[in-house]
Amino acid sequence: MLKYFTDIFRSVWSVLIGMKVTFRHLFTPAVTIQYPDVKLKLPERARNRLYVNMDDCIGCFQCDMACPVDCFKIETVKGLPTEDLGMTSTGQKKRLWVPVFDIDIAKCCYCGLCVYPCPTECIKMTDVYEFSETNRHHLIYNYATMTPAEAAEVRRRAAEHEKEQAAKKAAAATAVKKTPPGSPPVPPAPGSSAPPAPGAPTPPTEPPRA
Amino acid sequence: MIETQTAPIKTSTGRVLRPEEMVLNMGPQHPSTHGVLRLELVVDGEIVVDVIPHIGYLHRCFEKHAEHMTNYQQVIPYCDRMDYLASMNMDWAYALAVEKLLGLQVPDRVEYIRVIMAELQRIASHLIALGTYGLDVGAFTPFLFCFRDREGILDLFENTCGARLLYNYIWVGGLSHDLPSGFIDKARAFCRYFRPNIKELNDLLTYNEIFIKRTANVGVLPAEAAIAYGCSGPMLRGSGVDWDLRRDDPYSIYKKFQWQPQIGRGEMGTTGDCWDRYMVRVREMEQSLDIIEQALGGIPPGDVQSAVPRRIRPNAGDVYVRSESPRGEIGFYVISDGSATPYRVKARSPAFVNLSVCPEICKGYMIADVVAIVGSIDIVLGEVDR
Amino acid sequence: MEQLLRSLIDSDIFVYTVMAALPLLWILPYALFAVWLERKVSAHMQDRLGPMRVGGWHGWAQTIADILKLIQKEDIVPAAADKRLHFLAPFIVFVGSYAAYAAIPFSSAFIGSGINIGLFYIIAVSALVTVGILMAGWSSNNKWSLFGAMRSAAQIVSYEIPSTLALLTVVMLAGTLNLQEINRLQAGGLTNWFIFRKFPFVAIAFVISFVASLAETNRTPFDIPEAESELVAGYHTEYSGMKFALFFLAEYANMFAVSAISATLFLGGWRSPLKKLMSGPVWGAFWFISKGMFFVFVQMWLRWTLPRLRVDQLMYVSWKVLTPWAFACIFGVGLWMVL
Repeated sequence: MLKYFTDIFRSVWSVLIGMKVTFRHLFTPAVTIQYPDVKLKLPERARNRLYVNMDDCIGCFQCDMACPVDCFKIETVKGLPTEDLGMTSTGQKKRLWVPVFDIDIAKCCYCGLCVYPCPTECIKMTDVYEFSETNRHHLIYNYATMTPAEAAEVRRRAAEHEKEQAAKKAAAATAVKKTPPGSPPVPPAPGSSAPPAPGAPTPPTEPPRA
Repeated sequence: MIETQTAPIKTSTGRVLRPEEMVLNMGPQHPSTHGVLRLELVVDGEIVVDVIPHIGYLHRCFEKHAEHMTNYQQVIPYCDRMDYLASMNMDWAYALAVEKLLGLQVPDRVEYIRVIMAELQRIASHLIALGTYGLDVGAFTPFLFCFRDREGILDLFENTCGARLLYNYIWVGGLSHDLPSGFIDKARAFCRYFRPNIKELNDLLTYNEIFIKRTANVGVLPAEAAIAYGCSGPMLRGSGVDWDLRRDDPYSIYKKFQWQPQIGRGEMGTTGDCWDRYMVRVREMEQSLDIIEQALGGIPPGDVQSAVPRRIRPNAGDVYVRSESPRGEIGFYVISDGSATPYRVKARSPAFVNLSVCPEICKGYMIADVVAIVGSIDIVLGEVDR
Repeated sequence: MEQLLRSLIDSDIFVYTVMAALPLLWILPYALFAVWLERKVSAHMQDRLGPMRVGGWHGWAQTIADILKLIQKEDIVPAAADKRLHFLAPFIVFVGSYAAYAAIPFSSAFIGSGINIGLFYIIAVSALVTVGILMAGWSSNNKWSLFGAMRSAAQIVSYEIPSTLALLTVVMLAGTLNLQEINRLQAGGLTNWFIFRKFPFVAIAFVISFVASLAETNRTPFDIPEAESELVAGYHTEYSGMKFALFFLAEYANMFAVSAISATLFLGGWRSPLKKLMSGPVWGAFWFISKGMFFVFVQMWLRWTLPRLRVDQLMYVSWKVLTPWAFACIFGVGLWMVL
């Protein structure tokens, strides 16, 4: 019987306390802002949309290998020894053309794992978060700065160089066959005397001499 | 013409319904099932006679993905997304497992920061649990208060690692970023700001008689049943079992801090009812604040990336490591075959195991109580389904 | 008011149609305002802002925009629904709330119908809402709606009793069921209002009547029939567009009606609290509307503070708490009057 009365008293009392809390909050200022008129400034480490500075990209595929969701599509083309691809801002000589560098930003999970392994720090996460599109295919970002014509030209030259190198290699192999055993070794074919420079595409190596 | 039903009506498990029973689908889309969970309720009027949970709507093949990653660090974004409301704890458990496989010891600074982050994450996760629980029972305002407070924590996280929800912060062997300048002051300011808000939440919701009437003596889970089903976390502690992995199977540096695991004592009803589980979460938030303040005072200097291995190639073997996430015991069983890719990563999800108790404790209560009970289990479907 | 209209055109149809339309002229702008007020009150209580854009200053035109949107919406009726009942239900719910306005005195000069059984009529006619809700829940062919409707029927019917009993205390003191008469009897300022007479019995009866009126209008903590987090939207889940708007309109009309009845019976209605100061027909309307709006605000305040009661607890409160206390108040007032 007493519980009946204490229940009623406790109910009324706790309701009144709750009402006091909400009434007090009626007069506290709001914590929300009027987006999009007012936008918060994101901290500098914010991880939002990716940006790639193609001038610094050396085509090492580190970001592609680090990505857990496979959102990169990168294609590199070997630069010829005669071509000058320029230097990165960190002082590295570029040796690969990068005609295709696509990131499917819809697949990207914004984990930031691609940012750490980049040797030239050319891939970064910016603070841009308002990039919604109505067409899903517009979310495949093409970062490469080469035009299709340039890309085709570079591929063509690289393919030609490949053929030349393969032909030279075939010629050198037949030259070796023609030399009788026991005679002094034939000097190695031109263009392959120096040991390969680090990072450069390795020229076709000679088979070991007998 | 009145047609009579000749074929017996069955539930999806084949149970034949009696004439007074009805199947009510608390379907995958429902405001209160905390995600895509389907609860098939067999009801007699308002009384629930049976509950058949159907899960799997959010299965995203976490374990399969883990087997195809090129290295162990890449699995961490996937761990984030399992229990997306407690990402730090997920990452930490996995990192602990791989570190044990490698036999790696992380520097003290890393340990301190990990503890701070995990406890902040615990507070954030409990705030969501409490806020949405209030929403389930009809109190709209505490939900917004909890989210407002949670914003403070998310700001801290965003300043540190750049993301608000899925952090990829705790790496195998260290952390992705060191603390930004001003973090310790901001964290202390947050602790000062948040403590009175817990009292306000108590005034508004916890000790409100209507809320007590809705949750006390509802969904009583006896201690033996909780242990038998393998429950953990606030679910287990709410039933009066004094078991907290941070103290009883200690990992990291929890032994250095003064804090108490909170257990339910049946203050408002029976031990193990919904109110007890709710109260355990509220009190755990206070304990987490204590741990954070103690940790903030003693972070040693150092480099957070010094122990991060360049290549993670553990020796072949397997390890099971568990830690205390806000929902309970999160465990990772990692099998390595000596290569850079994990052979198998199995996640033992606390919410999955806690949810299995649902049919047992929902029987005999009303539909409104089912909502209260499921809310008190605090499930996150991302973790249940992985 | 009646005389004024008769002097214009001496036709029954004209006079009574205009007098019936006048409360509608009040309800429509009031509902627009009340929905906006609810959103603003809830927002500020939750530390946020609410509507801010539509119309410029604090989004005052938000409800107008919502109504325009709802009018354009496709009217979806579930394929297996009972079409006739589904169509009629919102209208019956609205009629039930609207008909109560006939006997509520807005001021000394205006009352829709000054019948001698005013209070009895109001209580009887506002029970029509139950029929409408049952029709809505049943005809939607949706188990969740059915639950909402069944609970609502039980709830409204149960809470009629303490509500009526509490109002009876005032009727005992006033000796009449005519609301205009009851209002006239509260002349003489604040202290003469019925709530302060025979203290504390009428005051407790007021609290009981207010709580019961919350249940009558399906507001939290008694909003089980439309429990958002359980039943999606309860009995009006399957309604879209204008029919849904009609349910909403009916709910807000009902809110003001019960507030008005509380104000009239217990707090002096259109009587000014300052004796003769600020009184008169137009001032009367001002006081009446202020008091009504104050109770509407309190109803909103409670909605955003309290969790909801479960159905059996609701029944418990009605039958085991409110009804015995209402009886006790009647007994107390009666005894006091006799001694």
